Order: sequence, then C-alpha cells, then structure tokens
Amino acid sequence: MSTANKEIGPPVIELGAMGWLRKNLFSNWYNSLLTIFGLYLLYVLIPPLVNWIFLDANFTGSTRDDCTNEGACWIFIQQNIKLIFYGLYPTEELWRINIVYLILLISGAYLLIPNLKYKGWVGAFLLIIFPIICVVMLSGGLGLEAVETRLWGGLFLTLVIAGVGIVLSLPIGVMLALGRRSKLPVVSILCTIFIEIWRGVPLITVLFMASNMFPLFMPEGVNFDKLIRALIGVMFFSAAYLAEVVRGGLQAMPKGQYEASQAVGLTYWRMMALVILPQSLKMVIPAIIGSFIAIFKDTTLVLVIGLFDFLGIIQFVGTNPDWLGFSHEGYVFAAAVFWVFCYAMSWYSQRLEKKLDTGR
Amino acid sequence: METDKSKIGSFIFNRSVQGVFYQLITLGLVALGIYYIVTNTARNMLERGLASGFHFLGVESQFDIGMTLIEYSPTSTYFDSFIVGLLNTLLVAGIGILFATIIGFTVGIMRLSSNWLIAKIAEAYVEILRNIPLLLQIFFWYFAVLRALPKPKQSLELYDSFFLNNRGLFIPDTVFGEGSSIIFYMLWLTIIISIGIFIWAKRRQNRTGERFPAFYVSTALILGTFFISLAATGFPVSFEYPELKGFNFKGGVKLIPELVALTFALAMYTASFIAEVVRGGIMAVSKGQTEAAKSVGLKQNLILRLIIIPQALRVIVPPLTNQYLNLTKNSSLAAAIAYPDLVLVFAGTALMQTGQAIEIIGMVMGVYLFLSLFTSLIMNLFNRFMKVDGER
Repeated sequence: MSTANKEIGPPVIELGAMGWLRKNLFSNWYNSLLTIFGLYLLYVLIPPLVNWIFLDANFTGSTRDDCTNEGACWIFIQQNIKLIFYGLYPTEELWRINIVYLILLISGAYLLIPNLKYKGWVGAFLLIIFPIICVVMLSGGLGLEAVETRLWGGLFLTLVIAGVGIVLSLPIGVMLALGRRSKLPVVSILCTIFIEIWRGVPLITVLFMASNMFPLFMPEGVNFDKLIRALIGVMFFSAAYLAEVVRGGLQAMPKGQYEASQAVGLTYWRMMALVILPQSLKMVIPAIIGSFIAIFKDTTLVLVIGLFDFLGIIQFVGTNPDWLGFSHEGYVFAAAVFWVFCYAMSWYSQRLEKKLDTGR
Repeated sequence: METDKSKIGSFIFNRSVQGVFYQLITLGLVALGIYYIVTNTARNMLERGLASGFHFLGVESQFDIGMTLIEYSPTSTYFDSFIVGLLNTLLVAGIGILFATIIGFTVGIMRLSSNWLIAKIAEAYVEILRNIPLLLQIFFWYFAVLRALPKPKQSLELYDSFFLNNRGLFIPDTVFGEGSSIIFYMLWLTIIISIGIFIWAKRRQNRTGERFPAFYVSTALILGTFFISLAATGFPVSFEYPELKGFNFKGGVKLIPELVALTFALAMYTASFIAEVVRGGIMAVSKGQTEAAKSVGLKQNLILRLIIIPQALRVIVPPLTNQYLNLTKNSSLAAAIAYPDLVLVFAGTALMQTGQAIEIIGMVMGVYLFLSLFTSLIMNLFNRFMKVDGER
C-alpha cells in the first residue's frame, strides 16, 4: 500500500543533459556503437585539421623560409593575395575594382535590410546603371586607362563571370520558359530544342565551342574577346537551366489565375508580367538560387580555355618556383572562399523561402 | 467602307491570324540567323583552308593515348581515338555512379538516423561537399593527394593485394582459366530461373494470397550453383596479384592516378546530392503509411520492403537518374587533369591537330546529348509505368 502514496516523478530518462544523451546517442546498443564510431571519426579528422590550419600554422613572414612550423603556411596566401583577388590587374588601377565592390556592397546591403524606402529605385540602379558603371570602371573609357581583359583574373574574374551569367541568364531563361509553354507550335518547338541542347551537354564542351567555334561564326574582322566568348557560353548554358526551373513554376500555377486574368481582359504580356510571373517566380526562388550556386561553382571551368579565374590563379601561383609544394594551402583557401559564397547563398534562399511563404 | 474596315480589323485582330504571323516572324528571324552564321562559317573556313566533312575520321591520328580500353596506337585513325575517348568516359562514369550510389544512399540514410551525432556528421558531409566546386575537388584529390603519395617502393598496401602510390592504384586481376565459361553459363541460367521464380511467386500470391520467399530461394540458388560449378570445374578462376618489380609494379590491373582522382572526386561530390535525393524520397512517404502497415499487422522488414521502399523509390529514381547524368557530364572535367576522356582526346588533341572544330565539337556534344535524351526517354517510360491510377 505504501507504494500508492509514493510520488511518481517525471520519467528522468527524457530530461536534462543525460536524458538527451540517452535519447539521441545511446538509445540502444547499435546506436551506442554508431555514436562511438562517430566520435572516433571526429577524433581522427578534426584535431589534425585544426592543428594544421590554426595551431601549427605559420602566419607571419614574407618568404617560404619563414614557414618553420609543421602546419599550413598561410604566408603563401598572404604574399600572393593581390594575384589571388585581382589577377594581373595593374596595381595603380585597383581602386577601380574596389569602388565597384563598394557600390555593390552598399546597394546590396540596402536591399537586404528590411523596411527601407526607395528599394525599387536602388534595385533599378543596380540592374540598369550599375552594369554601365562596371563596364566603364573595369575595362576603361571616359578618361580611364583601358585594361585588357587578359589582365583580369582571380576572385574578381570569378565574380564578373558569375555576376554576368546570373544577371543575363535570368531574363533569357524566363523568355525561353514562356516560349516553351507557348501555344504557337513553332515558338514552342524552337525553344524546346534550344533548351534541351544546352542542357544536354557539359559546360566544358560549351566553353570549347565558345572559344573554338564562335570565331568561325563571325564575319571577317569581328574578333571577340576571349572573356566575352566565355561569358556568352556561360550565359546561354545557365539560361537553359533557369528556363526549366521557371517552367516548373509556370506549370505549378493554378489554371484559374490564367482564366481570371484573361477574364479581366489582360493581354498575354500583361497577364504574364502582372499576374503569372510574379507568383510563379516567387514559388521557384529556392530553385533559382540553387541554379545561381551552380553557375557560381561552374565558373571555375573557364580555366580550361585559359582564363585565370580564382581557382586558375591559385593553380598558377602554386607553380611559381618560389612557392612550390604549397598546393594544399591554396586548395584549402579556395575551398573555404567558395564554400562561404555558396553557403551564404543557400542560407539566404532558405531565409527568403520562409519569409515569402504566404501559406498557400 | 464601314464593312470593309471592320473586316480588315477582324482579320488583323484574329487570334489565329496573329499566331501564324508571329510564328512566321520567329521562323524568319531564326532562319536569317542560321543563314548568317552558315555563310560566315563557310567563308571563314575557306579562308583558313579547312575542308568541311568527316573525311578526317579515317586519317591516321599520329598521337598516343595514355590509357586505352581497346587496341590503339598512333597509326590508328581519328575515329579510333573517338571510340577510345568515349569508352574512357563511360568507364569513369560507370565506376563513379557505382560509388556515388553507395556513398549517397549511406549518407542519405545517416541523415535520417535517430542518432544525433551520425545525422550531424552526414549533414556536415553534404553541406561541405556540395558547396565546393567539383573542379577544385578534382584538383585536390589529384594534385594534393595522389601526386603527394609515396613512390612505388613505399606504397600504401592492403592485404598485400591492393597498392596505392604516386603511379596509381594497383589491384588484383582476375584470370579466367580453362572451363570458366561453364560457370558463366550456369550463372546466366540460374538468373533466368530466378526471374521465373519471381514471376511465378507473384502470380501465386495474387491468386491465393500465400507468400513465397522468392528472394531467399533465388539467392541460394544462384550462389549455390555458382560455388558448386566453381568446385566442379576445379576452380579455374584465379587472381593475379600486382608485384613490385624494380621501380614499378607488374601484373594486376593498374588504375592511373587521373582515373582514381576523377572517380573519387565525382563519386564524393555527386554522393552529396544523391544523399539529399534519398533523404527527400524517404521523407516523402507519409507517416500514416507506416502506421497503416503496422495496423494491418505487417512485420517491420515487410513494412520497409513492401510499403516504404517502393513508394520512396518512385520519388527517388527520377532525380537520381538526373544525378547520374550530371556525373556523366561532369566527367568531362577530366580534361583539366589530363585523364584521356572524350573531351580531352577528341575535343582537345584531335581538334588541335585537325582544326575541324565544327565536326568534332558537334560529335562530342552529340554523344552527351544522346546520353541525356536517352535517359530522359527512359525516365518518361519509368514514370508512366510507375504512375498510380487516379494520380495527377
């Protein structure tokens, strides 16, 4: 009878740190085994990595002889930082790139901060006036000294290719998607063929084509810059992928939206611009950003046609006789930079997805 | 006058008339563009003294290729080099797909593990690998890992039969002796019989409701017959192990470092995407399915096999094939580390020598295009086959 009066406590096993451990790591014998295996894996991987990157690494000095510690030699990156970030761009002209970065940073930050006025104007500035500023500032003109694109390189070139690819491919992609879903058979067939051809081949062959075949396509005397050829290739390639993403959004639109806009007498283009596209693009924003991440990663391929993008420059400085044998540092640094960019984009897309989720 | 105007108006504003008009304009513009490109190209080629056409395919190539699956020498034709490149591409894609599937499914299931640590490790794997460019990963495995391996004399070894050094990976070779063909015939025979057993078991279950352990029976049949025939023919299959002779290994199969690095990078990178596909597929099966299956009294392994996996696979397979296709296309990055794949051999060396840019790039693109269109055809058939009645 005494047991009846005994207070029954909460099931201890579920509560507190011990409870959490037991529930999530040691719930039964094979889970415990897995946990031990996981801990062992971390033990093998993490401490040597941390030692190499931070604890045993060399941070100060100017030549390879200063790298006396066991770990990574970050002096290699420090000494080549100008090459890695700007390529062979003339040192006295670097302020031009930096100003472009600054404008981009300020207006980008303005757009990201919620609840500010005149966002539309800032956006329009970024899309229309900023590209003109970029061309003038970066390649020269209007009194600025011309800088040939073969001197462009490093992270700067990667951002240029990715940026141009992203900005130009979206409108082309939207047009292609509309064309593919068009009721006019000729338009729809042509767009489908175009999309499927670009999507069916690897980017590397597109770049080979851009650098080998484009010159043959052009009339005499017209000679494209190598960078522009690569940009055109990247642009069409990513436009085809974006077209399929956008098409997915268009297909997901309920038929009633089309019928309602036709019923109020909108023309095709007004219906698309005012009703269908705003809603369907919103639906596929995560997928669009996914494509942007893919474009950003794919820009590394331009090194096969002889452009020195971020990765290309890192490969290149690694072959400098003064700095042979530091490829690990170069790759780890490049991986870290790429990872930060890509992860930031995917993080932003997840945030946006939550914010735009209007509960349909 | 009044009626004429309205007639013209109704003609101009007629939907189908407008449609035809726009299509004619589009067609005209496209034709004009193609005409422009073709005439320019023809003139440019004439100026550079390039002959168009595929005659060059029969000409001696005069270059050697580091790794060939078929007989090839500098006296072979350009067409042979095309085949060599194609086979090398298919080889690396095949091995890559195999390993990417294994790693991807493992990591994808790990992410759904109830074990917090395991789930987090899998998540870290996915988030790190898929946010780093593939080319960088290939460079890493090739230049930073495989090139930095010890010389053959200090190879890393496993069971005295697998050797890894800076010349590549050496694995044992299987040698088929006299009478081994019988084993193959037996293997084929038992596989066909097993398929028969499956069909019969399914029909019987539909008729009577009784289950037949077709899987276990056929596995036992295939393995049993295999070992019995192996023993009966006196073990004609043997292994040839690589051996260190002088400065390098002799015997066995040599996998060049480019192949190893490329396969490794492709498999690890694609696995991070496959893991997400698998996770999404399993999560797409609603919990009610498991509960319903439990309530009708199915055992745990049957719930997995009959309820969860079939439904998850319907979601998984289409994006999975897409990833396989991506891996195959990405294998063209081989060109960056000089693995002799289709792009490097044909769109690289052969193009450089012949200058036939249009034909060669057209052929290379055609191969990839064929692969991707073929895959989407198969996928459409698969989707039609898997479609549940009444589903949208």
